[in-house]
Amino acid sequence: MSFLEKFTLIFTNAKYLESMLTGLKMTLVISVGAAALGLVLGTIVALVGIAQSKNPLMKLPKLICAVYVTVIRGTPMALQLFIMAFVVFAIRGFPLEVTAIIAFGINSGAYVSENIRGGILSVDIGQTEAGRSLGLTAGATMRYIVIPQAVKNVIPSIGNELIALIKETSIVSMIGMYDLTAASKNLASGQNLANYLAPMTAAALFYLAIVYLLTFAVKKIEGRLRQSDRR
Amino acid sequence: MIDVKHLSKSFGDHLVLDDISEHISPGEKVVVIGPSGSGKSTFLRCLNLLETPTSGSIIFNGQEITDPKIDINAIRRQMGMVFQHFNLFPNMTIRKNITLAPVQTKLMSQEEADDTATALLRRVNLEEKADAYPAQLSGGQKQRIAIVRSLAMKPQLMLFDEPTSALDPEMVGEVLAVMKELAEEGMTMVVVTHEMGFAREVGTRVLFMDGGKILEQNEPHTFFANPKQPRTIDFLSKVL
Ligand SMILES: Nc1ncnc2c1ncn2[C@@H]1O[C@H](COP(=O)(O)OP(=O)(O)O)[C@@H](O)[C@H]1O
Ligand SMILES: [Mg+2]
Repeated sequence: MSFLEKFTLIFTNAKYLESMLTGLKMTLVISVGAAALGLVLGTIVALVGIAQSKNPLMKLPKLICAVYVTVIRGTPMALQLFIMAFVVFAIRGFPLEVTAIIAFGINSGAYVSENIRGGILSVDIGQTEAGRSLGLTAGATMRYIVIPQAVKNVIPSIGNELIALIKETSIVSMIGMYDLTAASKNLASGQNLANYLAPMTAAALFYLAIVYLLTFAVKKIEGRLRQSDRR
Repeated sequence: MIDVKHLSKSFGDHLVLDDISEHISPGEKVVVIGPSGSGKSTFLRCLNLLETPTSGSIIFNGQEITDPKIDINAIRRQMGMVFQHFNLFPNMTIRKNITLAPVQTKLMSQEEADDTATALLRRVNLEEKADAYPAQLSGGQKQRIAIVRSLAMKPQLMLFDEPTSALDPEMVGEVLAVMKELAEEGMTMVVVTHEMGFAREVGTRVLFMDGGKILEQNEPHTFFANPKQPRTIDFLSKVL
């Protein structure tokens, strides 16, 4: 069988296709769950990070957030995943999907928080001063004036972060999960196609399609938010 | 209206305002002039506590606003501020720029605020810009919007920090005209500016600042005709 025949077989043979789609579904579940968790976590950590350090009540949360970002960014993702799977959630019957979502969400949150923090700090201080001089509270100024402008600034980098996250989920086979990458490896085995190139190419195309769609969506959102920039 | 007592402000060990005491009465149009870096902006920004004074006190309508227990947001609602770089909110339409604060602070309902915005825009001949975004306006238009955005809060006092310094020369006039009209209506104003014509024509009092102190002050005609301090004479010889 030629490469093309084997490649076609992946999409025409029901068993092979189902294998790939099962893996694809797992990749999407982990990615979407981790992205949601990462965005929420990242936003909270960013807001804690820029909160006025004068308030003594904020000292401990600020320290925790700083340590979190440093540790997560300074250690390999695979190691973080192992610690979650074999230490923190080493509980019999604990769903691996949840373990993976938490591990990747926590990882993504650290990067997202840095992006959001930078986005908020990049908004001209004059915007805050204008809001406060009109008598708005610090919270209202943040919510109506600074955050909407920060969001516009960070959409591209958050998009990049999500793309990196999706690709990084390909290491979950290391804790025995069946995702898109694991599926392609399975199809490559002797009992199946006995060929690496065809299933790997198919998996690559799936990843590319997801990344392409995400890039497209980010561009669309960006365009919408840039509405107020037109002259 | 405002009583400033022994106001000092340092950034680190850099003393920027040096024991300033001053009184501003209702209806006054106080023009603040002086060389760059003399502390004019810092003085103005202390009046609405955008800068926290290092020492001294500021009393506004009988309330000591430098008291840490004061609700500073409630005080700021009564003072408008206009910035050199306009600081319009680029993510909002002009109407939203004007109505945001009155609505959020519950001074007005959205309908009342919209009506106020329309009336204010008419007053500066920018009615047709209500649904435009700041990026679509010229500098002069932006600053006129910034002025009416402050006025929407119905302030008792307006602070201006070099409102025409970032404008192309041909747009200075339209902004000064709005300020002059406001002055004629009796608004209490403190204006930092390099527009000596405006100081002379509209000001009721001119303060000259240098090195964090108010070195000299007078009613405008006497001030410009008869400056006393050597620093003032030197400064005026450069700008006039
Ligand atoms: N936030 C700040 N931090 C440190 N120094 C500042 C700050 N704001 C102003 N200064 C310093 O205070 C001095 C007075 O500044 P400013 O009040 O802006 O003067 P002016 O408006 O008269 O030009 C300057 O030397 C300036 O560098
Ligand atoms: Mg200044």
